[in-house]
Amino acid sequence: MSCCARRPASDFETGSEENNFDRELAAFYAAHVRGNLAKAFELTNTQVLRSAALPKSYTDLLGRKLFLALLTVQGLGAFALITLGVILQKNTTAKNVIRPRIRQEIARAGVALLPMFFFVALALGFLVIGQTVSTLAKVGAISYLGSTMVIVVVRELGPLLAAFLVLARVGTANVIELGTARALGEVEALEVLGIDPVHYLIVPRVIGMAAGVFSLTVYLIIGALASGYLFAFLQDVPLTPGDYFKQIVESLGWLDFALLALKTVAFGFFIAIVTCYHGLSQPLRLEEVSRVAVRAVTQGIIVCVMIDAVFIVLYLVT
Amino acid sequence: MSETQNIPVLEMRGVSVAAMRDASFTVVENVDWSVAAGEFWVVAGPELSGKSDLLMLAAGLMSPVAGSYKLFGSDTKDFGEAELAERLRVGFIFQGGQLFNQLTIAENVSLPLRYQKNLTAAAVAGEVSALLELMELTPLADVTPANIAANWRQRAALARALILKPELLLLDNPLSGLGARHRQWWLHFLDQLSGGHELSGGRPLTVVVTADDLLPWQHARRKFALLHEKKFIPLGNWNEVETANHSVVKELLAVQLETTTQ
Repeated sequence: MSCCARRPASDFETGSEENNFDRELAAFYAAHVRGNLAKAFELTNTQVLRSAALPKSYTDLLGRKLFLALLTVQGLGAFALITLGVILQKNTTAKNVIRPRIRQEIARAGVALLPMFFFVALALGFLVIGQTVSTLAKVGAISYLGSTMVIVVVRELGPLLAAFLVLARVGTANVIELGTARALGEVEALEVLGIDPVHYLIVPRVIGMAAGVFSLTVYLIIGALASGYLFAFLQDVPLTPGDYFKQIVESLGWLDFALLALKTVAFGFFIAIVTCYHGLSQPLRLEEVSRVAVRAVTQGIIVCVMIDAVFIVLYLVT
Repeated sequence: MSETQNIPVLEMRGVSVAAMRDASFTVVENVDWSVAAGEFWVVAGPELSGKSDLLMLAAGLMSPVAGSYKLFGSDTKDFGEAELAERLRVGFIFQGGQLFNQLTIAENVSLPLRYQKNLTAAAVAGEVSALLELMELTPLADVTPANIAANWRQRAALARALILKPELLLLDNPLSGLGARHRQWWLHFLDQLSGGHELSGGRPLTVVVTADDLLPWQHARRKFALLHEKKFIPLGNWNEVETANHSVVKELLAVQLETTTQ
């Protein structure tokens, strides 16, 4: 492995090679991908690709990034399936240990974040809803208020903001905690004691985050809508609270409730999967933990936006 | 009883061991090793000779690259969920302990028992505190591992391995980095376990330790082996170690040679 990584650099120094695409490295990429496809459900080791020498052209660089992205998607998918399998298979195993762990994680990813969400709901109401309400009132489009609020706050801003906040506050802690545990050999220690690391470390986090993002989104939406009216009221918009909430209730369909629940649970699930995957799936050294944490947060945001896009399609179809 | 004596606790035939960190790198080749119930083995070797990897393989943390490895008479080719009961008959203590840093010492010790038997913390409190008392860890029960000295972390790791009452105890370099008093305690305690401690109901425990220093392990009843240049070399008992004409053995005994000439 190390020979393949070092080779291109020496070629570069001597300048002997005309072909931009290093054959050996290309063969290595291909073998790596083929090998990983063969054992599709084993966790991938992308560290090799990341630490390989810099390619010599932009197309090479693009290719490498593409390979890395594919490998990551594959790894995340496999990891998500394994976790789902363990959740279903071991839901009665060691209840007296896992249930308290789940409660602990719900407290961490949900209850502990309530004060911050109260603040964010106030800010959201002030910044977005208060302005929207007063503008709509100015142009006389106050009858569109309900549907605007539902699209902006209930469908998009509420869930996405809640997901990002949970990712920032709990997701990062997750990667660092698990990455450190992995680097210090705690995962091997669990295995030696016959404790499934996925069951003990990941399942509670996944459930805790899914429940956390869902309930925090509900609180955030309610808080934002209420404080939004408060700020509109302070701006002397001629709208009674009854009219305001009636309009919102009328624009909400059953689909909004169902998809909101699905979407927020999906956000929580995948934030937990991305952060746990990066913290746990590969053998780590202690100094790599910070780099992995940054990577996990970036990918968490991308995954959330992609899930959001899928749900927009669902809204459009129906 | 006779049945358990006939089947070796641990039996390796032509086993090759890969490095834990890099599966493509073989650290020890062609190991033929058999450990009978109640034996006390010391596997010595210089740094990076693959002692830890051999021991992790013995604990079932990875499978051999080549050869066959039988634990309690059953093959360990795929050591999965079905073989959990077999795995729990083995206690493993990592070099440095590798305790769970998020948990207190008492929680660390109780976790395996609670998970395997599905018990609440209150249900195991008595058993855990008795074990902690035996290890002199009671004052540190509610402290997290990062806040205590390495000496005591190692002991907490021993408690965590013993709470499941294993039949085979594997210790990876248990004496490294310990103070003199703690070394004495470990040697004495491991001897007691090997001879049948009340903790295991008077049943002699099979013990395998690795070491990078042979001297403290000098004992007529123990068996010795050497890891050197990817080879596993059984040495026999202490007399044979002393007379062994092997440069590495002499190196590992060097401390003693100096002190005896003074």
